Parts: sequence; C-alpha cells; structure tokens
Amino acid sequence: MNNIFVYLEIDEGVVADVSLELLTKGRSLANQLGCKLEAIAAGDKLDSIEKQVFPYGVDVLHVFYDSRLSPYTTLPHTSILVNLFKQEKPQICLMGATIIGRDLGPRVSSALGSGLTADCTSLEIGNHEEKKLGKVYENLLYQIRPAFGGNIVAWIVNPDHRPQMATVREGVMKKEIYDANYKGETVEHTVNDYVKDTDFVVSIIDRHIEKSKINIKNSPIIVSGGYGVGSKENFQLLYELADLLGAEVGASRAAVDAGFAEHERQIGQTGLTVHPKVYIACGISGQIQHIAGMQDSSLIISINSDPNAPINSIADYVITGEIEKVIPKMIKYYKKNSK
Amino acid sequence: MTFNIIVLAKQVPDTRNVGKDAMKADGTVNRAALPAIFNPEDLNALEQALEIKDQYPGSKITVLTMGPGRAADILREGLFRGADDGVLLTDRAFAGADTLATSYALSMAIRKIGNFDIIISGRQAIDGDTAQVGPQVAEKLGIPQITYAEEILNIGNGKVRVKRRLENGVEIVESPLPAVVTVNGSARACRPRNAKLLQKYKHAKTITERQNENIDYIDIYSSRPYLNLTEWSVVDVDADVKQCGLSGSPTKVKKIENVVFQAKESKRLTDNDYDIEELVKELIENHMIG
Repeated sequence: MNNIFVYLEIDEGVVADVSLELLTKGRSLANQLGCKLEAIAAGDKLDSIEKQVFPYGVDVLHVFYDSRLSPYTTLPHTSILVNLFKQEKPQICLMGATIIGRDLGPRVSSALGSGLTADCTSLEIGNHEEKKLGKVYENLLYQIRPAFGGNIVAWIVNPDHRPQMATVREGVMKKEIYDANYKGETVEHTVNDYVKDTDFVVSIIDRHIEKSKINIKNSPIIVSGGYGVGSKENFQLLYELADLLGAEVGASRAAVDAGFAEHERQIGQTGLTVHPKVYIACGISGQIQHIAGMQDSSLIISINSDPNAPINSIADYVITGEIEKVIPKMIKYYKKNSK
Repeated sequence: MTFNIIVLAKQVPDTRNVGKDAMKADGTVNRAALPAIFNPEDLNALEQALEIKDQYPGSKITVLTMGPGRAADILREGLFRGADDGVLLTDRAFAGADTLATSYALSMAIRKIGNFDIIISGRQAIDGDTAQVGPQVAEKLGIPQITYAEEILNIGNGKVRVKRRLENGVEIVESPLPAVVTVNGSARACRPRNAKLLQKYKHAKTITERQNENIDYIDIYSSRPYLNLTEWSVVDVDADVKQCGLSGSPTKVKKIENVVFQAKESKRLTDNDYDIEELVKELIENHMIG
C-alpha cells in the first residue's frame, strides 16, 4: 500500500530507456518516502523483464502476461492499471511522456479521478500548505513542468487524490543501476481478472516504420545554418546538435542555394517564418530576408566568426568563433550537464 | 450515410508567437499581449471533420468549446471554415479547471448535444501541451480513443479507421464508433475561411453577445436561426458543480515561476570551453533546452 508504481514500456521484450529512467527516479523517491518501488509489465515476451528491472531497485514486479496485450492498445492496459491501483492504492504513479504514456496516463487518471501532470522536468518531495483550509500536506510529490510554451515553470501538487500521477519525457531523468544484485519479488496476475473482452474492440491493422516529414515550423528549438557553415559535411554538425536537443535544422537561402541543405528547410522571406523558443544561427550573416523569417524567436544565439555580422545585433548571445569548434563543444557540454 | 461530428476546440494565447514585443521589462511574458487564436491542432481536427462532411454531404459538424465569452470567436471561425453549429460552454463555475474538470464539463456538454458518431479534437493545446483532455473525455463517455491521429482513413458501418503517427512509424487502427480521435499537427492543415460562409455567419452570436451589444437588427436572430450560437452554463448541461472548475480539479498549482530571459543587449562570448559550458548550463537551467 502507498507505494510508488512505474508503468514499464516494453517493446519486443526490452524495457524502454524512459521506463528505466523512471525506475531510477522512483527508487530515490521511494527511499526518501520510506516506501517500496513497484513496476508493472503487461504484454508478451516478459521472461527477461525481472533481470532488466531488478537492478534498478524494483521491490515488486507485477506481471500481466497475455499476447493480446502486445502491441499496446489503450483499453486493456487502462483496465489493468485502474484495477491494480484500486487494490494496491499507490501514492505515486510514473510513466513515460511517450505516445503510449500520454495515451494511457490521462485515461487512467480520469477513471480513478486522480490528478496527472504531463511532461514533468523535475519531481521532488515536499510539504504543501492550503492556507484557506489551514491544512498542511506532508510529503507530496512536486510535479514541476514548463507551461505556456516554455515561458513559465509551474509547480503542481495533488493534495487529496491518489495516486499522484506524472509523465516524464525520455532523457529528462538519469538512468542508473541501483544495485546489480538487487532482488525483488514477482507477482504474476491473471489477466482476465483485470480486463474484459470488450477492452479489445480497437484493433491494430498495420504498423510500420515511416520517417516523419520535416516539421520545422512547430519545433521549439531550431539549429540553423548559413553559407558560413562552409559545406554539406559541416552541416552534419548541426544535425548532430539538433538531434541531441530534439531540435530541427533550418537553413538560410544562401546555404540552400549552395546545396548545403534541402529547400524545405529554408527560413526567411521566401521560405518559412518561424518563432521558436531558441534559434541557434550558425554561420548566418543575417540578411534582411533571413531576419524577417526568424526575428520573433524568443532567444537567439549567433555563432559566427565575424564579430560584426549583422545578425549579431538581434541576437541575445553572440559567440565569436568557428562552427567546427563551437558546435562540438556545445554538444560536449550539453551531454555533460543535461542529465 | 451521414455523421454527426463534434469537434472540441480551445481558444489559446499564441504562445508560439512570444516575440520581443510580448516580453515585459523584467523578462517575463506579457500574456495580454499575445493574440488569442484557435488552437492549431484543433484546426487540424476541424479539417478531418470537414473531409468527412465533403465525403458524406449532410453530415453535421458542431464545434464545442469551453471558455470565457470571447471564446465565441473560435466558434465563428469554425463556421467560416465549414462547421454547422457552435456551442460555447461558459460559466464562472468552470474557472480554474484542470484537465480532469475540463473533461468532465465537456463530456456533460457532449451528452447534452447527444446523438454523436465521432468526436474529433486536436492532440493538445499550445498553452498547456498536456494532451490529456481528449483521452479523459473518452473515458468519461466510456468510449474508445485514438490519439496522435494523422488521418481518418475511412468511416462507416459503425467503425472508423485511422492512421496514427508514432515516434518512429505509423500505425493503422480500427475502432468501433462512437470514438474520440485526437489529431496531430502533422495532419493536413485546415482549409481557409470561405468567403460565402464569412458573409453568412459574420453576425453569428451567443445570447450574451447579443444582449451586450445592443444590436439594432435583433430581428435577424429569429428569422435566421443559424446565427444563434448555443451558450450553456453548468446548469444547462446538468453538471455537478463540485466536479467543475477549481473544486473539481485534483491538481493544484502550488506556484508559478516566470522564465526570465537575459537582457536584450547581446551577451558576447568567445569560443573557449568556459564560455560555452556556462551558456549551455544557463540554457538548461532556464528550461530553454533539455
């Protein structure tokens, strides 16, 4: 009772990184609260799940083995969590802010009438005072997340409802083995006690890998390159940084004309108009036509070997230096500081 | 074959448009300076509804929104683009609702509209980015949900077939109707306003708007009933006040911190390791990246 539960995302018998990251976070929260860490595995090919998750400090692994549970569909997984939580009464439930977690989490929270906070960037334990009621709640989960397009950070609590539910994106929390020899207990449940046949009304007709289209316009972060990047090969550095930041790569007209990048990536008067949260302009001099397409970005970082490049006048940060030097350093220090 | 379609939409501040004008001197966002818009992915949802109507003429699209009186703007926007009807759910008792209380209120309004085949909404709204209301409405109504939809492939014989966009691929799923479908920004963009519809619905108004604006040509609202936008309160949809607004919200906002940007004067950095590391750390700390 009153333990921390993590929903495991499993693909072909392998637990997703985001779930292991949440187990790591869950373990440290459980230690702080003096409760157990429990995990839920639902699907088929679950033989090696114990081996994968016990080293992260899982005390109890709940196993729901049924080939109908894989691949994931909403309703049966919801029924499992809802009915399990009615028995176990967890105080906290964590899941990945993935397509599965963001499909499952709200459905479960609605069925249980409990609060859910999406895409948390930080989870902490602390007290909360409801001044109007003169009541102090001890050891609540602070669910901390950016909102309003990243312009504010909100601290959310669920004083009266359990479990306190949160989703977290992959890569936000650290993944760390707790104890390689840690041994938890496995509880195998009878799936039919939890799901109804009518939970299987939605069927998957087909699944396949397909690359998504370039989506620069809606990307909150854009790493953009100009003629000053120098070559198509150097543009790879931009892709590397963008991949790491979950960003898209844009380009100036000069870079597109020079064949460094595809036309779909062109930003400016004759290309796309963008207003991301962060715009990293690499080797872009800043002709008016380009500025017109990106000047409303919230934060502009210019990397340019020319300290007097026109774009620098609208940039919040100006780094004077060569792309080949600066971007690898940004990659290095992002990796070092982000986890 | 015709379908009754409900499109869930939200009026949101255009958070994508936080340009330098929208920043206050202290570096925080001036929310009042942001334009109020039709939530972008809800427009993608409307387009999917319009395509069903193109294919099955006689189908009816009702746009449902919850918000303050001015949210009637997006109902008109929906009519200009081809919707047939608009419903505004508005009441002080709805204020301060989190996603669960919002979903409860919307589900009660949907029950009141009744007789629906499919509910289509955007995946998420740009002011909260939670993606929770669609699935929660589906749960409240006890019907299936299909999230992250990119295209409704076909609808009929009590079923809907949908292409979903996953992290690294696509999935085709089939669900019985009625169902809730939430649509991604990667779906087709919404068609523009139609000039004829703009003329037709220019004066479409809610009862409160008509009362407040003291319109001379008030008679047109009885001779042209399609100009009456429906407006419902908590009582109109038989909702339990305790499950609405702040009191119906399990999540509470403990505090809000504004993300403060550096002064607009450019900060000059060199390419040495210390400068770059400090910059990256600052960006991570301010939630700009990471």
